[in-house]
Amino acid sequence: MTHPEPQLASIYQDVILDHYRKPRNKGELPNASVEVHMLNPSCGDEVLLQLKLADDRVEDAKFVGQGCSISMASLSMMTGLLKGASIGEARGLVERMKAMMHGDADAAKDRTLGNLRALAGVSQFPVRIKCALLGFNALEEALAKSSNSDQNVDSRNE
Amino acid sequence: MPRTVTGIDPTVLREEFPALHQVVNGDPLVYLDNAATTQKPRAVLDALRHFYEHDNANVHRGIHELSRRATDAFEAARIRVASWVNAPNASEVVWTRGTTEGINLVAYAWGLSNLRKGDEIVVSVMEHHSNLIPWQLVCGHTGARLRHVDIDDQGRLRLDQLEDVLSDRTRIVSIGHVSNSIGTINPVREIVDLAKTVGALTVVDGAQGAPHLPVDVQALGCDFYAFSGHKMCGPTGIGALWGKRELLDSMEPYQGGGEMISVVRLEESTWAEVPHKFEAGTPNIAGAVGFAAAVDYLEDVGRDAIRRHEVELTRHAMDRLGELPWIRIFGPPEPEARSGVVAFEVEGAHPHDVATILDSEGIAIRAGHHCTQPLMRRLGVSATSRASFYIYNTEAEIDRMVRALHTVHGIFGTHA
Repeated sequence: MTHPEPQLASIYQDVILDHYRKPRNKGELPNASVEVHMLNPSCGDEVLLQLKLADDRVEDAKFVGQGCSISMASLSMMTGLLKGASIGEARGLVERMKAMMHGDADAAKDRTLGNLRALAGVSQFPVRIKCALLGFNALEEALAKSSNSDQNVDSRNE
Repeated sequence: MPRTVTGIDPTVLREEFPALHQVVNGDPLVYLDNAATTQKPRAVLDALRHFYEHDNANVHRGIHELSRRATDAFEAARIRVASWVNAPNASEVVWTRGTTEGINLVAYAWGLSNLRKGDEIVVSVMEHHSNLIPWQLVCGHTGARLRHVDIDDQGRLRLDQLEDVLSDRTRIVSIGHVSNSIGTINPVREIVDLAKTVGALTVVDGAQGAPHLPVDVQALGCDFYAFSGHKMCGPTGIGALWGKRELLDSMEPYQGGGEMISVVRLEESTWAEVPHKFEAGTPNIAGAVGFAAAVDYLEDVGRDAIRRHEVELTRHAMDRLGELPWIRIFGPPEPEARSGVVAFEVEGAHPHDVATILDSEGIAIRAGHHCTQPLMRRLGVSATSRASFYIYNTEAEIDRMVRALHTVHGIFGTHA
């Protein structure tokens, strides 16, 4: 039984290390419309993702947290792509990122993932997939939370 | 070259461990995650196989031959495992799933009926979650209060603070014999003596003590000592709790079921004698047999030899890591003050990235909080990398780890 050797170079690319060392969009977001605190209890990584939503779009996205290069680079790149995205586009991002982490070759070529495509190699490291998806799980919960609260507002208005 | 001075030649000894002989990610496996679990020698694997192939039956129930053999093997194993910690009587040794269950057993079976509001339980900031959460739960049930003792900046328990925390409200002091995260060996005898001055019971989490140090519960003077088979070459899912007879006798059962009863009526029942009172249900019989085989194996290797070998490996690792300015080692600076555990931080690199890079070269270490989140907070980190050694590890393996850490530094170092 031999398994293909996972290639280190495929995950520790310059673009990932650059986002890890100089994370973009890191810090508190005042007036956030929705925020999610996400913890990975098995490894201790934790993140607070904050979104500012207006007119069905993500006006701004920021995060605070600590974790490994994969989780932090993923959050840095994800928040960059979120700014200006519609809620639908944000949902699509979650979907395609998850597909890429499960080895979907088409998703790994999808231009809408931008720099996140550099993380495609993480799919060869099964124990690290949860690192790459930490921010996306937070995003998914944030989007669910905001649509729930919209519905609550709607139902109150009725 | 093997170090004959230690009395262990790991290059010979490792021949007995089938799992060590494999290629992982293109390189021969270097297994340095022994504080999590150890590999198993053939003697233990053979004992498990022999039991299931020849003697398998339920214990203390049957009249037939196989049941008699299984019961004999199971009770002989209890005597063997009891001897490893010098328990005065094997009837004081209760089989458990592991250290965690042993501590939960004391917390519930003693704590629920003896703790009252205002009582205090004392632990340290370096406890494994398994010696913290059971007490938190029992405090929730009883209104007792959990207090903790800090460590100094070199990872040693603050005995002065223990003295301050102890009072006539203290009912239990529960302390790890050895820190699984940073390897600190705690002065159990001194802790027990201090606890006795206020009449408190002492519980020792021996998960990292029994596998690595010669343990004598009578000399330690504690009231309970819990340990696990799988951290000392035995199978997973089997452990032992030693407790003083009069305490075990006074305690209520931990779980109810078969095996632990004397007379059962629909309304109420009476309990079997200690230790069976605490062993409801069909126990891990093969596990107990395998645990005893592990004790036989380790007795052959020699307790003092095990300890000397680990100190040598720890010294070698600390010397080699100490040469690297981009590595910070946690815990006591003297190898003699630790078990074979070296936790460290690589500048600029998260422990998960360290572990992934080492794994890509076939080297298994642990990265994370090691089930000691309060200790991580105390050390000011979210996680550490940890190499932990056992009888079959060699200095050459540590050198391979150090070389791989240079790869980590090449990727994550601040110069890059």
